[in-house]
Amino acid sequence: MPRVTLTVNGKQHTVEVEGRTLLVEVLREKLALTGTHVGCDTSQCGACVVHIDGISVKSCTQLALQADGANILTIEGVAAADGTLHPMQEMFREHHALQCGFCTPGMVMTAIDLVESHPAGLSEKEIREGLEGNLCRCTGYHNIVKAIAAAHPLMHATAAE
Amino acid sequence: MYDFAYQKPGSLADAVKVLSGDPDAKALAGGQTFIPVLKQRLNKPSTVVDLSKLGLSGITVSGDKIVIGAMTRHAEIASNADIKAKIPGLAHQASLIGDEAVRHRGTMGGSLANNDPAACYPSALLALGGTVKTDRRTIAADDFFQGMFTTALEQGEIITSVELPVPQKSAYEKFRNPASRYAIVGVFVAKFASGVRLAITGAGQGGVFRHTAMEKALSANFSPDAIGGIVTSSDDLNSDIHASSEYRAHLIGVISKRAVAKAA
Ligand SMILES: Cc1cc2nc3c(=O)[nH]c(=O)nc-3n(C[C@H](O)[C@H](O)[C@H](O)COP(=O)(O)OP(=O)(O)OC[C@H]3O[C@@H](n4cnc5c(N)ncnc54)[C@H](O)[C@@H]3O)c2cc1C
Ligand code: FES
Ligand code: FES
Repeated sequence: MPRVTLTVNGKQHTVEVEGRTLLVEVLREKLALTGTHVGCDTSQCGACVVHIDGISVKSCTQLALQADGANILTIEGVAAADGTLHPMQEMFREHHALQCGFCTPGMVMTAIDLVESHPAGLSEKEIREGLEGNLCRCTGYHNIVKAIAAAHPLMHATAAE
Repeated sequence: MYDFAYQKPGSLADAVKVLSGDPDAKALAGGQTFIPVLKQRLNKPSTVVDLSKLGLSGITVSGDKIVIGAMTRHAEIASNADIKAKIPGLAHQASLIGDEAVRHRGTMGGSLANNDPAACYPSALLALGGTVKTDRRTIAADDFFQGMFTTALEQGEIITSVELPVPQKSAYEKFRNPASRYAIVGVFVAKFASGVRLAITGAGQGGVFRHTAMEKALSANFSPDAIGGIVTSSDDLNSDIHASSEYRAHLIGVISKRAVAKAA
C-alpha cells in the first residue's frame, strides 16, 4: 500500500493509505483528529476545511497522496499549547458565532486564512464573500461575520508584536 | 469511490507516457471536479496521474499575449497584477468561481479540459480567441470546445498552457446559481482593434458558444444599446430546474448588456 507522510499540527506522521483515501479520512480515521468534520462530502459545505501549507482547502476534496510532504493545520492545532484559544476562536465565543458547532471548525479555518491573507483589512462584504464555501445551518452567519471582523485587529496586532 | 493507483510524475514526458499507454488512466489537476466525480463512481480510472509536479504553473506576459500554465490556480489568476491590468474580465471571472477553498485548488487546465457547460473559463478562452497548448500541439479556442463535456483533446493529451491575446477591453458578467455557484448564464465580452468577440456559457445545450449577432452589432458600436434589440432564440438552450430555456434566452440579453456596460 502507498504511504503518505504529513506534518499535522507540527507533528510528522507516516501512514498507509489507498490511492482513493481522502485527506479528511486520514485526519479523522487514522490520526483520530475528529475536529475536522464531514458535512456534505460533495465539496459544498466547508465543514472539512483545513490548511495545507497555510492555505484553506476542503479536505474532503483532496486525496491524501496529493498532500504528501505537506504541512497540515487542523482545528486541533489552532489553540496555543497551553490551551489559550486562538483570537479567532476567542472571538467566535465572544460573539456567539456558533450554535450546534458542526460548521465551526471549517468556519474558523476559513476565517483564519481569510484574515491572514487580508492584512490591510476586511470589509463586511469581503468577509461574507470569503465565507461562500462554508455553510451554517444554525446561526444565520451574522455573528460569524462579527466574530471575524473582531478577530482581524487582534490577529494582526499579535502578528506585529 | 473505486480504488486506483496514484502517480505523481516529475516530468511531462512521463505523465504523457502513463496517460497514453493506458486508456483508463486519468489526469488529476486541482481535483475540484474530478474528485466529486470519482466519489459518485461516474469514473473508474486504473491510475490517477497527478499533474502538480510537472512545472505547469505560472503566469507570464509575452508581447501582446498572456500565457497561463495549465496548473495555475483560480486564486492566482484572480489576484495576478498583470491579468488584472491587461484582462480585467478574466481576473474578475476567476474571483467568481466557486468559493475560496475551491479557488485555492482548481486550475485553468482542469476547467478547460472538463468543459462543463456551466463552467466560467470556456467563455474567456473563446471570447479572447485564445489557444490551448498541449504536450503535442496548439489548438485554437474555436476548435477546442466540441459540445458539453467534450473537447478536441485526444486520449492522454495534457494541456500545458493557454495563450490569451490581450484585448483593448474585457468584462465577464455571471448570473449564477446561488447554490452551486456555477453560471446559469455567463457572458465574456472582449473588444479588439479587429472587432468584438462575445461568448456565452451556462446556457447552450452544446456548451459555450459565440453570439455572432451581438458580436456584429458591438463591432460597429460598442455600447449596451447596440445589442438592446437583439433577441436570442431559446431553441438550442438548456432547460432545467434552475431556469427554462426561455428564461436563459432572456438572461443572455440582460447579462450581455451588463457585460458590455462594464467593459465600455
Ligand atoms: C463547490 C464548487 C463550486 C464550483 N463553482 C464553479 C464555478 O462557479 N465556475 C466554474 O467554472 N467552475 C466551478 N467549479 C469547478 C472548479 O472550477 C474546478 O476547479 C474545475 O472545473 C476543474 O479544475 P480542476 O483543476 O479542479 O480539475 P480536476 O477536477 O482535477 O480535473 C477535471 C478534469 O480535467 C482533466 N484535466 C485536468 N487537468 C488537465 C490538463 N492539464 N490536461 C488535460 N486534462 C486535464 C481531468 O482528467 C478531469 O477529467 C466549482 C467546483 C466546486 C467544488
Ligand atoms: S464535507 Fe467537505 S465540503 Fe462538505
Ligand atoms: S453552528 Fe450549527 S451549523 Fe453552524
